Formats: sequence, C-alpha cells, structure tokens
Amino acid sequence: MPKFMSRNDLLLFAGFSLVVLAMPIWLAPFGAGYPDLLQRFMIFGIFAVGFNILFGLTGYLSFGHAAFFGVGSYAAVWSFKLLTLDAIPAMIFAVVISGLFALVIGFLCLRRSGIYFSILTLAFAQMSYNLAYSVLTPITNGETGLQLTLNDPRVLDAAVGQGFVGQPVPNLLGQQLSGYAGFYFCASFLILGFFIAQRIAGSPFGMMLKAIKSNQTRMQFTGFNTRPYALSAFVISGMYAGLAGALLAVTDPLAGAERMQWTASGEVVLMTILGGVGTLVGPVIGAWIIKYFENILSALNDNILARFWSFLPEGVADVLVKVTSKFVGDGWHLTLGLAFVIVVIFLPGGIMEGVRRVAALFRRSGSSGAKTAPQTQPAE
Amino acid sequence: MFEVIFLQFLNGLDKGAAYALIALGLTLVFGTLGVVNFAHGALFMLGAFCAVTVRMFLTMETVTVDPEKLSPWGSPLEIREPLVQAWFGDFGAVLVNYSVPLSIIITIPIMLVVGIALERGIIKHFYKRSHAEQILVTFGLAIVAQEVIKSVYGPNPIPQPMPTDLRGAADIGAFLGMQANIITYPIWRLVYFVFAAVVIGGVFAFLQFTTFGMVVRAGMADRETVGLLGINIDRRFTIMFGLAAVVAGMAGVMYTPLLPPNYHLGMDFLVLSFVVVVVGGMGSLPGAVAAGFLLGILQSSASMNQVKAVFPGIDQIIIYLVAVIILLVRPRGLFGRRGVMEA
Repeated sequence: MPKFMSRNDLLLFAGFSLVVLAMPIWLAPFGAGYPDLLQRFMIFGIFAVGFNILFGLTGYLSFGHAAFFGVGSYAAVWSFKLLTLDAIPAMIFAVVISGLFALVIGFLCLRRSGIYFSILTLAFAQMSYNLAYSVLTPITNGETGLQLTLNDPRVLDAAVGQGFVGQPVPNLLGQQLSGYAGFYFCASFLILGFFIAQRIAGSPFGMMLKAIKSNQTRMQFTGFNTRPYALSAFVISGMYAGLAGALLAVTDPLAGAERMQWTASGEVVLMTILGGVGTLVGPVIGAWIIKYFENILSALNDNILARFWSFLPEGVADVLVKVTSKFVGDGWHLTLGLAFVIVVIFLPGGIMEGVRRVAALFRRSGSSGAKTAPQTQPAE
Repeated sequence: MFEVIFLQFLNGLDKGAAYALIALGLTLVFGTLGVVNFAHGALFMLGAFCAVTVRMFLTMETVTVDPEKLSPWGSPLEIREPLVQAWFGDFGAVLVNYSVPLSIIITIPIMLVVGIALERGIIKHFYKRSHAEQILVTFGLAIVAQEVIKSVYGPNPIPQPMPTDLRGAADIGAFLGMQANIITYPIWRLVYFVFAAVVIGGVFAFLQFTTFGMVVRAGMADRETVGLLGINIDRRFTIMFGLAAVVAGMAGVMYTPLLPPNYHLGMDFLVLSFVVVVVGGMGSLPGAVAAGFLLGILQSSASMNQVKAVFPGIDQIIIYLVAVIILLVRPRGLFGRRGVMEA
C-alpha cells in the first residue's frame, strides 16, 4: 500500500505548521509579534510558495506574477461589494478568476521559454497594470483604488436581511477578521497552500515539472507533451497569487493597481531567490525575511542610529550614522538590492543552501570520517 | 488629416530615438557577451544623472547675506553669485546654458569606466550561468544603482533646462513648403533625433569600417574560432560593453531636457527597451534600431484621438501588444537571424 506521506514529509509539514501557528509567540521578542505584520508574512508566504511552483519546480522565470496578485485583490473586493462581506466566497471567486486569467496568459506565454517567456509575462503584466490605471477604471477605480462603500448592493447579505452600520469590513461567518483572527485565517491558508505544494512536489506531476526544468527537450523527445504540465503549473501558481491577493483584500479591503506593477513581480522573485529557489520552505522564509526587514529597517531613523552607535567616539559615530542611514529608512531597498546581488553571486541556492552548507560543515567536523551529507537537491 | 499623422510621426521620432539607443546597447551586449543585461536601463539613468551632476557643479553659487537690504518678503537679502560666471564671465554663462550637451564630454569617460568595471567585476562571472541568473543579478544591480541615486539625489525628478537657443519650436511645415504654423516641432527633439542618428551611425561605422569592429563582428559570429586565431576576444568584448554603457549614458544625458530624470527612470525605460530588443530580434543591431523607431512612432500614433476613439486605451498597451504578437508569431523578431534565440 503506498504510504500517504513519507515520515520526513510529515515531520516537515508538522514542523512548518507549528512554526507558523506559534508565530505570535516566538516572533514577539523580535518586535514582529503583531497581527498586521504577521498577516503580511502569511500572505506573501503564500505568494512565494505559489511562485516557486512555477519558477522553482518548472524553471520558468515569470516577471508578471503581480498581475495575478492584483486580479485576486480586485476579484475579492468585487465579491465584497456585489455578493457578501463573507470572506469565503471572496476567496473562491478570487482564486477562480485569477486561475482563468492565468490560463489565458499562460496559454500564450508558454509558447516560448527562457528569456522570451520572462518578457512575455512582463509585457502582459504591464498591459494589465496600464489598463487598470486607464481604460478599466470602471472596474478598478483607477488611482484611487477599489474600496468598499456603504451603498454597495451586496446581494447575498441583503437577501438574508443583514444590514450594516458604519464602515463595512469583511468577516467570516459573522466573525470579525481583524487582529489575530485575521492572522489565523491567513495562516490556515498558508499551511494549506504549503501542504498542497508539498504534495505537488512529491507527486508524479511534480516529477514531471522537475523534468521540464532540467531538460525540456529530452522530455519532448521521449514523447511527452510538456505544454499541459507547464500550463498547469502556471495556472496553479497564478491561483496561489490570486489567493494571496484576495487575502490582502480581506485584511485590508482596498485594491490598487500599483500592486500589479512589475516591480511587485520583481519582489516575489527576490523573495524566492533569497530564501532558496526550488525548496519548499525557502520561498516562505525569503518572504518572511524581506517583509520583516522591510518593516524593521524602514522604521529606523537617524536618532535610533545615533543611539545605536553612541558607544563609539563622537566623530566615528557621526560618520557611521551617516553611512548606515543610507541603508535604512527609505533606503532599505538598497540593502535589499545588495543582499540580493550577493546571494545571486555567492549563494545561488539562497538561504536554504547556506543552511545546508553550514549543516554539512558541522556534520563533517562532528564525525570525521563519516561520509558527507547527501545532497538533497541535484546540482543544476 | 495628413498634418496630424505627420506630426505624430515626428513626435514618435524622439522617443523612438531613445528606445533605439538603449536597445542598440542592449543588443551589443547580448550579441557580444551573450548576457541579458537588466541593468542597462540603470546605465541610461546614470547618464542622465551625470548631466544633473555637471549642472549642479556649474551652477554652484556663493550666497552672501546682506543684512542692510531686505528682500520683498522681509528677510535679509541673499545675494547669489554663480561661481562659474564669476570666474569666466560671459563664457561661464555659455557653459551653464549649454550644460546638458557639454555633460556628454564628461559622461563618456565615466560611463566607459562604469561599464568596464561592471563587466570585469560582476558580469564576467555570469557567462556560464543561465539566462535566468543573468537576469537576476543584473536586476539586482539595477535596484542597487537606482537606490544609490535615490539616496544621493532624492526621490524627486530634477528638471534640466535646455540651452536657450534650442528652446522653442521649428516650423517644419513651412520648411517643407506647407502652410505655416501647422506642423511645428520642438527644436530640442530635432536635436535629439540628429544626435541619435549620429551615434547610431557612428556605432555602425565603427563596427563596419575599423579592424577592431571587424574582429568584434567576427567574434559575435563565432567566438571560439576568433579566439583560436590568437585574438584576445574577451578584452574586445569588455570594451564593447563599455561602449554600450557609453551609448546608454549619452542617450540619458540628452534626454534629460525632455523628461526630468528621477531614480526610477532606468526601470521605466528598461522594460520598454527590452520589448524593443525582442521585437527587433535578439542580437540584431539593425533590428534594434528599426524596432526602436517603429515602436516610438506606433506609440505616438496610438495616442491620437482618432485612434483612441476606436480602440480605447490602445495608447497604454500598444508596445506590449506588438511585442506579444511578434513573439508569438515570429519569435526571432523582425530582423533576427534564423536560429538565434528562437526557442
């Protein structure tokens, strides 16, 4: 009887769920234990996990995933406006719409591979972004962004005679989704998304995707039609992006076009690479690290830096404050860019490869003579 | 009607010239080194900020506060004296007036050094890696460049005035024997177009008529054989990268009066110029130039009201739409060689 999950997979999944669910506790000492940031951790974790299914497993570098993220947000907000303020229909609606959108775009983009694929996705994403800002204003509300208002129709809510007083906010079966409730709502989706990604990576379908990544031509010569597999991966990762976008709309019911811009697509690429492309946990960790440091570094200012360096003589401290202030606050993107370049140059496998190298080092020094740790990831 | 179309055609020329110059550099880099350089837009931006820096130095002034006199709003009068004018008199004033074109003299060596340092320092190590990794590292470099510029010059666009003699518009319609004042065109845009034509012609002449250029072309066709002939092709390719950086930088300098540069100028142009490159055909220099002008003109004709009335929003997406269609039906682009990057 084939086992449902291997012991290692089960351990990984259980460990991951535990880490995620306990986040409010263990992140509190790091100054990140508040729901707003934790929700973003979850949301961008989902985004990165989904992106990794396409980039990490299948080897297609998309520079347009933010389009699906944005479409998910818009779909969710429209569901809040037209149907009901309940989050579940919004999520379903968003995933379906972004999946369809991904199906169309993926069908066209996957006719090419390599750099042409990247540029095609980029072109489609920029088209969506430009259209969202200009002609599609009736749907997207242009620069203002799509918002909930009191006189939205909300057909289903009206049918059950639910009225609202004050600012309408999304809920779950009447339960408010603010604060930690919102976090656990997002966390359950991240765990679910992680589980699905894990199952995909271990399945025959996942093997097929990995084979496409390592040598697509050989796959075709052995008689496989690789297109449907790659398209499925594209649609699945588009749906993840849509789900993440919808969750962002649930926690903050406002959808703007700027989250579709190509720099937003670049951000998820950064997350995936930084964490470790092709690994399951890596992209999530990358997303967390980027969001964490975005939050911490961009909040720093000269006064805090001056206090930090105050143990040094005055002249040295002043210089250091000047220098470091360029890397924090508004300049934190500089730190991100530098970190990214360094990772791509020296550590192409991202943080996960770093962890693996350090672990291998310890193992070797711990028991000399034992054979070196087997590589879990085939060298690309 | 003809006048309107002709005017839009002219309007497309200067934007097309900028696209063509950036795409030319991108293609040079791709054709010689085989590297997909996402940092090329950043080089364009660096060039633009060379012009900003030159102007900053030229317009440095001494400020002396005269407590005796008061300015109209009551504060002590500040007397500003531009240093360059104080030192050189009228010649200094001319220098300040022509700061943008003059910046090119300084931009060329700077961009050459930047380009060669970039190639030797980082990009050299990525020849053997996949295109995806090349994209990633140059994308990272572009972010770094843009953030450095942002932290030095601030986030706001910095307008650069064009020389006073070149302001205003030329009446091209009257020049061509049509009715006066129908087709007028800003002189600086004409200057930009002529400048682009000269640079493009210079690059082509350099490749076509010099021994150096001949070797480079041979290397683009078959790098290994040229290497076996005992020619240090790597060094020449490095210089070509420097040259591409210079072209991008000069394009940026001359574009500053048309569009005040800010730190994300490079990213804005990068996406478009990549689209231009794939439309023209990866690795094809004439393709890059032709596609640059073609897309510039298409973009400006799509913004005509008559066109927008039929296809709303077409002006926003026309370039991407063309790129998508080209990539799907003719992946090697308009001028691409058969078999080069066709997958």
